[in-house]
Amino acid sequence: MGIKLTLTVNGASVTREVDAQTLLSEFIREHLRLTGTHIGCDTSQCGACTVHLNGRAVKSCNMLAVQAAGMELTTIEGLAAADGTLHPMQAAFRACHGLQCGFCTPGMVMSAVDLVKNHKCSTEAQIREGLDGNLCRCTGYQNIVKAVAQGAAAMK
Amino acid sequence: MNARQGFIGQSVERREDARFLTGRGQYTDDISLQGQTYGYFLRSPYAHARIKKLDTAAAAKAPGVLGIFTGEHFKAVGGLPCGWLINSLDSTPMKEPKHPVLADGKVRYVGDRVALVVAETLEQAKTAAAMIDVDYDELKPVVDGAKAMSIKSAVHDEAPDNRCYVWGIGDKDGADAAIKSAAHVTTLTFRNNRLIPNAIEPRAANASYDVNADNYTLYVANQNPHVERLLMCAFVLGIPEHKMRVVAPDVGGGFGSKIFLYGEETALVFASKQIKRPIKWTADRSEAFLSDAHGRDHLTTAKLALDKDGKFLALRVDTTAALGAYLSTFASCVPTILYATLLAGQYKTPKIYAEVTAVFTNTAPVDAYRGAGRPEATYVVERMVETAAHEMGLDPAEIRRRNFITEFPYASPVGLTYDTGDYNATLSRAIELGDVAGFAKRKAASEAKGLKRGIGYSAYIEACGIAPSSVAGALGARAGLFEAGEVRVHPTGKVTIFTGSHSHGQGHETTFAQVVADKLGIPMDDIVIEHGDTGKVLFGMGTYGSRSIAVGGTAIVKALDKIIAKGKKIAAHLMEAADTDVVYEGGVFKVAGTDKNVPFASVALTAYVPHNFPHDKLEPGLNENAFYDPSNFTYPAGTYICEVEVDTATGAVKIDRMTACDDFGNVINPMIVEGQVHGGLAQGLGQALLEHGVYDTETGQLLSGSYMDYAMPRADDMPTFKVETVKGTPCTHNPLGVKGCGEAGAIGSPPALINAICNALGVKDMPMPASPYNVWKAAQAAGR
Repeated sequence: MGIKLTLTVNGASVTREVDAQTLLSEFIREHLRLTGTHIGCDTSQCGACTVHLNGRAVKSCNMLAVQAAGMELTTIEGLAAADGTLHPMQAAFRACHGLQCGFCTPGMVMSAVDLVKNHKCSTEAQIREGLDGNLCRCTGYQNIVKAVAQGAAAMK
Repeated sequence: MNARQGFIGQSVERREDARFLTGRGQYTDDISLQGQTYGYFLRSPYAHARIKKLDTAAAAKAPGVLGIFTGEHFKAVGGLPCGWLINSLDSTPMKEPKHPVLADGKVRYVGDRVALVVAETLEQAKTAAAMIDVDYDELKPVVDGAKAMSIKSAVHDEAPDNRCYVWGIGDKDGADAAIKSAAHVTTLTFRNNRLIPNAIEPRAANASYDVNADNYTLYVANQNPHVERLLMCAFVLGIPEHKMRVVAPDVGGGFGSKIFLYGEETALVFASKQIKRPIKWTADRSEAFLSDAHGRDHLTTAKLALDKDGKFLALRVDTTAALGAYLSTFASCVPTILYATLLAGQYKTPKIYAEVTAVFTNTAPVDAYRGAGRPEATYVVERMVETAAHEMGLDPAEIRRRNFITEFPYASPVGLTYDTGDYNATLSRAIELGDVAGFAKRKAASEAKGLKRGIGYSAYIEACGIAPSSVAGALGARAGLFEAGEVRVHPTGKVTIFTGSHSHGQGHETTFAQVVADKLGIPMDDIVIEHGDTGKVLFGMGTYGSRSIAVGGTAIVKALDKIIAKGKKIAAHLMEAADTDVVYEGGVFKVAGTDKNVPFASVALTAYVPHNFPHDKLEPGLNENAFYDPSNFTYPAGTYICEVEVDTATGAVKIDRMTACDDFGNVINPMIVEGQVHGGLAQGLGQALLEHGVYDTETGQLLSGSYMDYAMPRADDMPTFKVETVKGTPCTHNPLGVKGCGEAGAIGSPPALINAICNALGVKDMPMPASPYNVWKAAQAAGR
């Protein structure tokens, strides 16, 4: 009953059999064992599961794995350079103390990269509005906003 | 470089961030074990009902099912214990009905655990759970704590009027007499709204039983693994403690909700021996809303008596606290010991009396949530003080100054002794930082836009560094509240620290290493901090109550002192000097007044390769542990000022300025401390403006059971905070002079925001949360 699914995951081609109802988030965590993508809710409100599909941010709990067929998936594990050098957004989160427990962080970073790349967010107001789909319970958002602004500058 | 390296006080970047930023953190749900199975809990759809029939026969035959467990399986074991005994005013102990692991014939809240289904996959477990045949006989639910005693329905037979205890503290007659004869009395009745903690990582556990070794391993998202182990082994399941290892790996936030021993992980451990395979359970968010211990939920009437000059004479507080359906681990002490003892606030109010009636309700249990009792106390004190100032025509800052405690130590009328503080300093600095001088101008500008602007103060104090065990024991604690630390120096001079504190976002791997690097004069790279594993750490009471650096940090310092003392003896032997002539500075043992020296690593090597060693005086090796039990609480304090702009047409509130000025004593890592304050502020402002755990009063259904119904603070709800930690008054009774910073933001901010909204609208009270509807209603009623 499995469906053959082929897609590119963090630069490498992957083929797996999945059930039709398997969510993309579940596929990433349980089938690929890429556990950096987190599940924080069941109503697509928290954004912890945010990944990039064909370069755009999506909440991976909100679509089926088979819908990603043939697409390019980037998870948090694939964001840094191959030699381990952090992506400028990851580096900014670290420098600005934009994370505490780390659970919302992968989704936050993936959203932040998308906000800068695809939505040209750079002002504080734009960043705060842009992060509306990602919940953090630790930081009060202040240092996340600071990190996104710093990351945006570094990505130019 | 031999000079002191000075890591303490530096904003060192966090070492844990590398794994979190790259997706390499290991949270409980990330761990899958060989032969992994999955657990799913069937939960009660009713708030209050008898289970007439519970038939699992059909479900047990469903594909993939490995076992189904119900209350019957747990008849022979204990209930989940409550860690604090509170006695009522009439000296009778609190009512302590059994808190069963799985429901024992009755369900008492929506989400109460009815059965655990274990299957090969989660889907199979869910499918089988739906096949369990349960027949309920509905009973009238007790939902609103304020009405619990008058409803003709008992959550527990042991408490026919739903009262758990009626507790009091202070001088009742003295307070009442002062209130009777005072020049002015301010009276207010308000609720402290129920909150749902919502760490973004839901609770999770993975339990396994090793048949060959006859022992258990439990991975669990938890703030205090040793406490979890002790409570589960000794009080519930009767497992020998040495046969159980509890690991709390990376934990995605706790805020109190992961302190407690829950039925879920207890049932999993029990079942893992029956199934003989590991069982994983991770709450989904809907489940977390229903079943995590909630916070707050008080109804309070307070009276503050003042003389004609605005000096406080007495405070009387009467609170009804809803405890939910069962006594959670620390439920009983939160609305008593952690609440009423803080009602003096920063003020020398001579007479205080507080009476707390705690009631059972058919809701999720209520227990410690960020601040735990102290936000509720601060809300009472700071709402009363500000309201009194406005009623008497006094400046809110001035009325506080007139009543501040200025001499220390200060023994409050509600049982605490504040060791040190400077409340004027934080108030004055907050006024500068918040540009209170410019408020009138900003108010005029708002008015020109048709908006109302208001300003509100809150001068909070909290008791942290929990806690002196003998004091806590005298007050009913059934546990010690010390902390343990171990310093293991390896032969090459590298160091592993084992701490009983647990980090779930606080950054201990960095701050604790800063302390050790400074104390030993070695690089941070030579130090590793281990925590969260009973198989590695000798003991620990865990992390809550802003206690980690004050209690856990001090335990490490004490163990380091022992390392240095032993190191001096080894060094003295190597340098052929007297022990007493050796000093330790910057990573080097020296003979005072000479150029003779031995570096730390050489002493470490000598301890493990003891060829030239004082065997007559010392054992080889360099490993020390220490237990530290504090002699007093610590007392962080500060002033928060909030400024809001209110649109009376829509009820929308914009937080325009939020200024926080804190005195945390000495600060190890300012960047991390500031981050802790930011997070606390968002939770406090969330409470005051957005969040509300709401049950339907007729049915007991949770109405705010998802992120679409429970308003979590989001990035665009929060302002940019102005936060400053003053070079304050170091704690006088721990060697680091630290007080703790984890809860301050959540404690100080709610009254500041509500005071600001009341000021903007010129109204006496505003319910929390100050939702647009509540604000609009108040504005309409006041004709604004």
